[in-house]
Amino acid sequence: MPQTLYEKLWQDHVVHQEADGTALIYIDRHLVHEVTSPQAFEGLKLAGRKPWRISSIVATADHNTPTDHWDRGIEDPVSRLQVETLDANIRAFGALAYFPFKDPRQGIVHVVGPESGATLPGMTVVCGDSHTSTHGAFACMAHGIGTSEVEHVLATQCLLQKKSKTMLLQVDGVLGRGVTAKDVALAIIGRIGTAGGTGYAIEFGGSAVRSLSMEGRMTLCNMAIEAGARLGLIAVDEVTIDYLRGRPFAPQGARWEQAVVHWRRLRSDDGARFDRVIEMPAAAIGPQVTWGTSPEMVVPVDARVPDPASEPDPVKREGMERALRYMGLSPDLPICDIALDKVFIGSCTNSRIEDLRAAAAVVRGRTVASNIRLALVVPGSGLVKRQAEEEGLDEIFRAAGFEWREPGCSMCLAMNADRLEAGERCASTSNRNFEGRQGAGGRTHLVSPEMAAAAAIAGHFCDIREWL
Amino acid sequence: MEKFIRLDGLVVPLDRANVDTDAIIPKQFLKSIRRSGFGPNLFDEWRYLDVGEPGRDDSLRPLNPDFVLNQPRYRGAQILLARQNFGCGSSREHAPWALLDFGLRTVIAESFADIFFNNCFKNGILPVVLPAAEIDALFALVEATPGCHLVVDLEQQVVLRPDGRSLPFAVDPFRRECLLNGWDDIGLTLRHAELIKAFEARRREQQPWLFA
Ligand code: SF4
Repeated sequence: MPQTLYEKLWQDHVVHQEADGTALIYIDRHLVHEVTSPQAFEGLKLAGRKPWRISSIVATADHNTPTDHWDRGIEDPVSRLQVETLDANIRAFGALAYFPFKDPRQGIVHVVGPESGATLPGMTVVCGDSHTSTHGAFACMAHGIGTSEVEHVLATQCLLQKKSKTMLLQVDGVLGRGVTAKDVALAIIGRIGTAGGTGYAIEFGGSAVRSLSMEGRMTLCNMAIEAGARLGLIAVDEVTIDYLRGRPFAPQGARWEQAVVHWRRLRSDDGARFDRVIEMPAAAIGPQVTWGTSPEMVVPVDARVPDPASEPDPVKREGMERALRYMGLSPDLPICDIALDKVFIGSCTNSRIEDLRAAAAVVRGRTVASNIRLALVVPGSGLVKRQAEEEGLDEIFRAAGFEWREPGCSMCLAMNADRLEAGERCASTSNRNFEGRQGAGGRTHLVSPEMAAAAAIAGHFCDIREWL
Repeated sequence: MEKFIRLDGLVVPLDRANVDTDAIIPKQFLKSIRRSGFGPNLFDEWRYLDVGEPGRDDSLRPLNPDFVLNQPRYRGAQILLARQNFGCGSSREHAPWALLDFGLRTVIAESFADIFFNNCFKNGILPVVLPAAEIDALFALVEATPGCHLVVDLEQQVVLRPDGRSLPFAVDPFRRECLLNGWDDIGLTLRHAELIKAFEARRREQQPWLFA
């Protein structure tokens, strides 16, 4: 019987199955960061247990680390303790690789995994972080877990799971100029809602998805969680294989050849049945901007802020009104008339080299508008930063008035010093616009790197298609 | 993990859809390396009029009198009534830890986000899914009835209303078993240690590159 990619991956990892379908799933790669692991290591210690297989662990510190003045260390004592706790735990228990604070390869866990080749097709990848869905771009069964499950994976190398339903999101056609993977992701969430993918594993397919680079595919799978799906998936093709060749933890020589043969099978069979299929014509997707406090509150840049009065569902209408109050916006305002205070280019959604190149291309030779108090570029990892500097991108950003920072999660969730003040409005390339996400009272609009760059220059949102 | 069998508790209604984990417990409190102590910061941004920071004495902070958890009639609530997609957003288990630390042992909602739903079971919290019409009716009931209690019975898989009506709910048999007995998942899984070892050995042979 023809199988979907998800079904193949599932079948390949079942160790044992209970009568009600709950399965014990083997975990190949365990990514670890400082925020969701301390209580798990603590639990392990208290129970007198050891990690089952330390060669599955790749760890880094990213959420709490500062993005400037690295010479001063981590000044916030609470953040410092959390990062030091990770250091101590990895020292005590071991790992395949650890990229601590200030290591040249340190960075956001979802950027570091793929770029080091620690994420390989066909793996199960877990991390105590919901954006683990990112790794599904490599045909991995990859999803976020809670801290109890982090401990469970450490102790047993397995997770208890129920099989998800399958959804195919078919994006066919050619994406317009200025339309990126981020816009596809936001448009999908706008269409199916933040709970639209709940209970599903979403496979992204179609010619527009195939035409994306690995980095674009990671952006798309990264946002699968914002559509409610724990995992996103994209089949292996030549783009996947080319990306992995030569990466430090990717197999070499004869093993590489053997692995590639295996990887090429990681696609849904022709005629495989999905529980739900949704088609999104690529040509209909324009650059997107969120206007509210949930990623599903999104419209094309040439639209206006929607009017709650036209929403028939009372719970939804209430939510829209609340969001508009929080965001300080009124219905029918053209998106391009929204002025900004800050701009953030970074996060595991959009901080890879291609994102920075795209933003730099918009910024080159221009100057950040005078109403922008802070325009921040935070590369996803130390390696991305170095690459960008070799290409001179840092100079382009600095010359325009952007700040060029050290890698980390930064203002995506503002656990470090980078944050919005109450009432400040930000164009952000991150993935969540929840109330307070980038700082208490801060107002976040999610956009692509190109759109964020253009907004920094103009001081307000503008349609990137008019700039190209 | 504490068992969950049957709970007769006061209900607090949180009438919002898509309550995300950033709202349940804001990120500054995620810096803690402990599992407990999150209760005072549950729904921090909605509960207080100022901005919370870890290490502060929350009892000295100005409360937002409009927020439902601060209203005297809901003091001591053990059951949270919510709308659709409760717990969306991040995987932070600090969210169920905060609910638990505050004293909430069950959340009744129209739907939940996956990871949050899963995290609840690991911490002795029972998430109950009921149809939208029943949720609407419960909101109306709780609003209209000061001191409204519900009984959540996991053994019978029903929510009992004060008027005697019982609302059945579904739950995975395996998760139900674990919650009823307070079982530790890790202990359960390690009973299969030999199976895991055999699986791993086979995998190492077939796909050696995964074990570099
Ligand atoms: S960049 Fe943002 S979304 Fe990504 S792992 Fe860091 S905090 Fe989470």
